[in-house]
Amino acid sequence: MKLQQKEEPLPDLLEKDQPLLEVKDLSLSFRQYREGLRETDLQVISKLDITLYKKEIVAVVGASGSGKSLLASAILGLLPENAFLRGTINFKGKPLSPERQEHLRGEEISLIPQSVSALDPLMKTGKQVQAVIKGKNKKAVQQEIFDKVGLPSKTSNSYPFELSGGMVRRVLAATSLASSADLIIADEPTPGLDPFALKETVNYIKQLAENGKGVIFITHDIETALKIADKVAVFYAGQTVEIAKVENFCGSGENLRHPYTKALWNALPQNGFVPLPGSQPLLSEVAEGCIFHPRCPVKTDLCKKKQPESKSKNGEMVRCFYA
Amino acid sequence: MSGQEMIGANPSVNSKWNLRRQTLAIIVISVLLLAAMTVSGFLIENEKLSVNLEARNSSPSLDHLFGTDWLGRDMLARTLKGLTLSFGVGLLTAFLSTIIALFLSLLSSWNKKIDHGVTWLIDLFISMPHVVTLLLISFAIGGGFKGVVTGIALTHWPSLTRLLRAEVMKVKTEQYIGVSRQLGKSRWWIACNHYLPHLMPQIMVGFILLFPHTILHEAAITFLGFGLSPEQPAIGIILSESMRYLSTGMWWLAFFPGLSLVIMVGIFDLLGNSIRKLIDPFHGQR
Amino acid sequence: MLKVNGISYRYQNNGPWVFRNFRLAVQPGEIVGLCGYNGAGKTTLAKIIAGYLKPHEGEILVDEQPVSSFTGIRPVQLVWQHPEKSINPKWKMKKVLEETTDLDEELLSLLGIKSEWLDRWPSELSGGELQRFCLARTLGKHTKYLIADEMTTMLDAVTQAQIWHALLELAKQRNIGILAISHNQHLLQKISDRTVSIA
Repeated sequence: MKLQQKEEPLPDLLEKDQPLLEVKDLSLSFRQYREGLRETDLQVISKLDITLYKKEIVAVVGASGSGKSLLASAILGLLPENAFLRGTINFKGKPLSPERQEHLRGEEISLIPQSVSALDPLMKTGKQVQAVIKGKNKKAVQQEIFDKVGLPSKTSNSYPFELSGGMVRRVLAATSLASSADLIIADEPTPGLDPFALKETVNYIKQLAENGKGVIFITHDIETALKIADKVAVFYAGQTVEIAKVENFCGSGENLRHPYTKALWNALPQNGFVPLPGSQPLLSEVAEGCIFHPRCPVKTDLCKKKQPESKSKNGEMVRCFYA
Repeated sequence: MSGQEMIGANPSVNSKWNLRRQTLAIIVISVLLLAAMTVSGFLIENEKLSVNLEARNSSPSLDHLFGTDWLGRDMLARTLKGLTLSFGVGLLTAFLSTIIALFLSLLSSWNKKIDHGVTWLIDLFISMPHVVTLLLISFAIGGGFKGVVTGIALTHWPSLTRLLRAEVMKVKTEQYIGVSRQLGKSRWWIACNHYLPHLMPQIMVGFILLFPHTILHEAAITFLGFGLSPEQPAIGIILSESMRYLSTGMWWLAFFPGLSLVIMVGIFDLLGNSIRKLIDPFHGQR
Repeated sequence: MLKVNGISYRYQNNGPWVFRNFRLAVQPGEIVGLCGYNGAGKTTLAKIIAGYLKPHEGEILVDEQPVSSFTGIRPVQLVWQHPEKSINPKWKMKKVLEETTDLDEELLSLLGIKSEWLDRWPSELSGGELQRFCLARTLGKHTKYLIADEMTTMLDAVTQAQIWHALLELAKQRNIGILAISHNQHLLQKISDRTVSIA
């Protein structure tokens, strides 16, 4: 889009080298009151890594309580006051300070809302999309974007309640496309969608990436993640255990490197429906060793004593001694 | 690891004076002050209140901190007695009002018709001027202690009821209420076990914040002559009697009792707001 | 047998029908999958069959008796999609289980509920852990049929597999009939004896 090129004069090659977003060794704890008056720190994320380039979609997959939604809040600077963050978050090569977050939120970093009710019910859809467009000729730019997502031009004069669910989803897509944001965070935008609606949402998020934006797609549903993403980051109990390319999710998971990723893959109904016993612990419950060792089918004594460091190669990463 | 940096500040954890402790300290101090006021009122013997014509009309001194009145009675003793009485009336009426509010709000969860009835009742009472209704009820019952208590109890429930009813309506649509019914629980069981825990914080804060209202209104109608009888050492009586002597320059007759009443009401307000801060989910974790 | 006898429903009188003359039968111990597109009325159907809503036409029969005639713990129970919404946040987990009077220890261990979770608040547990409690509380001895409305849609694959394995095992043991509602075709194919769709 014209507008973005004005703001980003760097040639494509240079940009490819520098990650859009780089999260390194992030840890997060909450100050809490326990037993009345004593304050304690509750650790919820440790050693979280994720890297995102332009035109890339990285899916963040994990169970509830794995810290995936907290990551979104951390990047957007929307954590509650009692949260305490440590580590590095770099956006376009520069650290993301609270002041910078405030400045960039909605401008260069934006969030895709979970539900279709996020549109203003009292404003015509065309106006809502124009509101996020910067510069002149808003009407024309909005018309162009509506064409792109397949909305008839008369839709711009409709109110949200006059549109079907699918049309509203396209309006949301148009809003994200129209915004100047380079980094888009989608937090669970797809639960409970039937295959048709799901496909539509997946298509529009892919369109965002094709337009040069980077997308972090947060979900608990590995199937959707595989349909949409280039890479999948698997979170477990507040840690990144593996970042794998989508192609590696195939067969019975022999190309996957971390045992938890394998378990996730093989637990899908179409892949054997195998339930891995046990449940995800709190970070504080596993005192030493690998966070996954209590449930790991291939653990050794080493795993009980020492935390594995992350091993990175070709943009992939794994945190396991035996990968 | 290099490039390690802090994002955001971490105020010292486990500090001795975290907000919760500060709030708790305020609550403790308020309760102690109120207790001191009330208990001292009880401890004052009647002879302190007796007529002593030799020492009448004396301005505040070390012997009589609040001065004496035209019959030589010690104003400090009268004020404390009055505050104790006010506290008693306030406690009783605030309690009764809260009970009415709780009962009506739970009742409105029954069905739409009853809810309409409750809402109508709330609107009716809120639309009428507070003090007028209060006077009418108190007068109709024949004034005195009974009249004041009934009047105040019957006029102070509407705003709290409205608050509680809104909470009840919100909880009513929750899925766990439906689940509970499917599990064969009675309306009464659901009211006590599902609704009540949600209402508890509102009830506690509402109860405490009703105090200042009821105390001031008791003083007001007593002052106007529709409330407690003149023999009782109520603040309202003291203030209305002192009106006759103010023009002769005996300012202490109204000043100290009035100030004490304001302070007591202020402490209750502080107490209510501190408790709210402590149990409010938005402030609770700061 | 759970019999859905030609039920019809609409939100307003004279409004459009959400569905008309819907028929379904679930045998004890049978697992029936129900799929349908968004807005087809799957959740409304689930609420009617479980007795949360009354249909405008038709009736629901359990062993030839209308479902509305049962008192006490109802024979048809519903498990919702969002466990955090169907548990009172002011209750400890122990109390959530005490709401049902006829639970046994065996059920808790089968569902993988740990004893240390009982002293926690709902906000201190994850979605998968909460859903186990929701399931446990609806699976008292009186329950003959269970409606699982997108029960594991909000959960990760491993937890989904764990919960379904436990439920299928229990359904076999106690001869409970299950109506599984989901848009996930793979899941329905895996768990159901047969599937039907709502148009």
